Amino acid sequence: MDFINYFGNVFTPYHLMLLLGGTTAGLMLGALPGLSPTMAVALIIPFTFHMQPDSGLILLGAMYTATVAGGAISAILVNVPGAPANIATALDGHEMARQGRASEALHFCFFSSFVGGIFGILILIFFTPPLAELALKFGPTELFWIAILGITVIGTIGSKSVLKGLMAGLFGLAISTIGDNPMLGEQRFVYSDHLESGIHIVAALIGLFALPQILTLLEECRKGNRGSMYALSQSRWYQSMNYNLRRAKALTIGSFVGAIVGVIPGAGGQIAGLVAYDQVKKTSDNPLNFGQGEPDGIIAAESANNAMVGPSLVPLLTLSIPGSPTAAVLLGGLLIHGLFPGPDLFTMHGEVIWTFIDSLIVAQVFMLVIGLFLSRHSGWIMKVPPNYMAASILVLAVFGTYSIQSSYSDVLIMMVLGVIMYFASKLGFSPAPVVLGIILGPIAEDNFLQGKLIGEAGDGMFNYFFSGTINLVLILATVGSIAYSVYAGHKMKKRATA
Amino acid sequence: MKPTKLKPSSAILLAMLSGAVLLGLSTVTRAEYPDRPIGVMVAYNPGGATDFQARIATLASAKEKDGGFVSVGQPIYVINKPGAGGRKGWNWFADKAAKDGYMLAAYNVPHFIAQSIVFDTKYNVDNLEPVGNWGADPAVLIVGKDSQFNSATELVDYAKSNPGKVTVSGAGKFVGHHIAHLQFEKAAGIKLKYVPGKGGVGAMKLVKGGQVKAGFNNLSDAARAATDIKILAVADLERHDFLPDVPTFKELGISVDNSSVNFRGLMVPKGTPQAVIDHLAKSVLFRTENIGKMKQTNSPRSHHVS
Repeated sequence: MDFINYFGNVFTPYHLMLLLGGTTAGLMLGALPGLSPTMAVALIIPFTFHMQPDSGLILLGAMYTATVAGGAISAILVNVPGAPANIATALDGHEMARQGRASEALHFCFFSSFVGGIFGILILIFFTPPLAELALKFGPTELFWIAILGITVIGTIGSKSVLKGLMAGLFGLAISTIGDNPMLGEQRFVYSDHLESGIHIVAALIGLFALPQILTLLEECRKGNRGSMYALSQSRWYQSMNYNLRRAKALTIGSFVGAIVGVIPGAGGQIAGLVAYDQVKKTSDNPLNFGQGEPDGIIAAESANNAMVGPSLVPLLTLSIPGSPTAAVLLGGLLIHGLFPGPDLFTMHGEVIWTFIDSLIVAQVFMLVIGLFLSRHSGWIMKVPPNYMAASILVLAVFGTYSIQSSYSDVLIMMVLGVIMYFASKLGFSPAPVVLGIILGPIAEDNFLQGKLIGEAGDGMFNYFFSGTINLVLILATVGSIAYSVYAGHKMKKRATA
Repeated sequence: MKPTKLKPSSAILLAMLSGAVLLGLSTVTRAEYPDRPIGVMVAYNPGGATDFQARIATLASAKEKDGGFVSVGQPIYVINKPGAGGRKGWNWFADKAAKDGYMLAAYNVPHFIAQSIVFDTKYNVDNLEPVGNWGADPAVLIVGKDSQFNSATELVDYAKSNPGKVTVSGAGKFVGHHIAHLQFEKAAGIKLKYVPGKGGVGAMKLVKGGQVKAGFNNLSDAARAATDIKILAVADLERHDFLPDVPTFKELGISVDNSSVNFRGLMVPKGTPQAVIDHLAKSVLFRTENIGKMKQTNSPRSHHVS
């Protein structure tokens, strides 16, 4: 119960000010497409060089949690996820906004983020030693099977037709192979200098989601619609809270999935939201409501991606191995103050680390309050006429894409993918499976190649991939996931004919 | 108010005048380098080891005293152009960066050179000019905490009777660790299996998790992780201050030299005025406050430069 003693350090005026500033800035940066949590934390790190260790970490932690939640704001209001972690939020969140329930959707987003976030931090506080051991057990084969498990989700995420979902996913997997392959040390499909560094996931995310949205808005303008696009009704936050907290199943699944995925180094929070969304959808009584503005979809996705934050620090703090790309950037923030992750960190620098962890809890409260405040005023964004909206999204899309790695090539890739996606969406294709394919492709391939090399040096590849408890569990889960989809499809057909 | 239109003649005059003023300004600029902030291009993601160390190494440039910047004369900012293992940024640098000293780039030797040999790159050793190293990070041979090997010699003996069975992780292909691995194989006359990891962190994880039998990794990272792993040998000419008890390969009779040592530093495009290079070399990197920060963050400093 060490952590309770250090709350006093958090409640100093200076630290509260940092938390307030970090959370507000984080929510806003997170809402901008392209400024993913990783980017936001990397941007703020140089400022912490001159701070005291605990102050610097408090600022970084507040930014981290707030940007993850902030990405949901744009996902819900304009159907452009701020970061890959918020894709699943857009599926039902934007649908709710179209129905005039934007503020309700945002309320669900922030309550679920809060519950998930607190759950994740409690996991970090109480289960760090056993989880750190678990994290190390995830080698190449385990990560390969996780990616395969993720791929089974592709067919059903965000699209009405499984076939179209699979085709979109395949397209994503295919373009993920462009560029450098770190395992082979070779370049593939680089026909132009612009493709040299491959398809960056965030550039693809912006192109696939934002551009079709812009073009659709322009269509609205041509139809002569210059007013407010959607009806708007304000909902009371306590009513939303009441509803949200009663959705215990979605919250529980989301928080657990997020926490587990967060601990696994290399899987990253990008897939936490999607996996949780899929699980909640599969176990729901009304799976057909998903994608039509089902609050459970938002609740699962947002509780998962915030529950990922705390556990992603477990392998970082104990093993110096970050659980997510953002945690990897945080490592720099620790090192600059001479805080070397490892078993000694909690004994030698207990005060700083516990203050940091406590501040994460307080940051969740700030995030909730500021988030609810912003939700009240979300109507402003919904009232923007489509022509202005299209122009602003376009500016943000180009700016955000360029800012990822100061690369003009990324902007071109974003534009091309966006135009393709616009026409594909007319045919009923959805962007979510493409993004999932781009995320999972490299995880599956790199870990397969690594596992192949290691397996060949040992008892052979087949033995290596099909032995070990975690591998077997993951294979069973993969088979189960496919079997369940088939079964559910069958049942649905029966119900339809009956 | 009506906009006043310039007569053609006065327009030309104005153009000539402003041209002259600009010319005059640019000569002044050259005389008083630097008069605006200086950029450093890092070819890796923000938050990575190179980015992080580049930021520390240039930290002192932002120190102000009496209304002026004390070290270089201007603050230094970092821009990241990651991609294709660093080639994206370095190609851009050799191809597009101005040769006026306002854009520097961070390098990683030998990684940077190995890449230019293996791939068709726009940069090469001839079109770039080093300013100075800020650090040197040798490769070390590591094994897990519970490994059967307690010394590099034991590992060599085992590999001799089990060729191709010892898996060795490293940060990737064509990087310092890969070179150290190849040198080690050749010098000891053994056959190992190289497993490229996802960067140094990924390679370290494979060792700690027991997925590979051994690995090459950065001395700085290995020294920090000393409680979780065993460090068997250093691929450098001398022992390192951070690990005084760890022998070099040479001491063990395995002739691996310092070719794989990871030097990090700053460079400019060839054609940058020598005066500018000298100014940068004198003022940017080797300030005592930076060195203190480097030590505190466990970033090994180069002892190969004065």
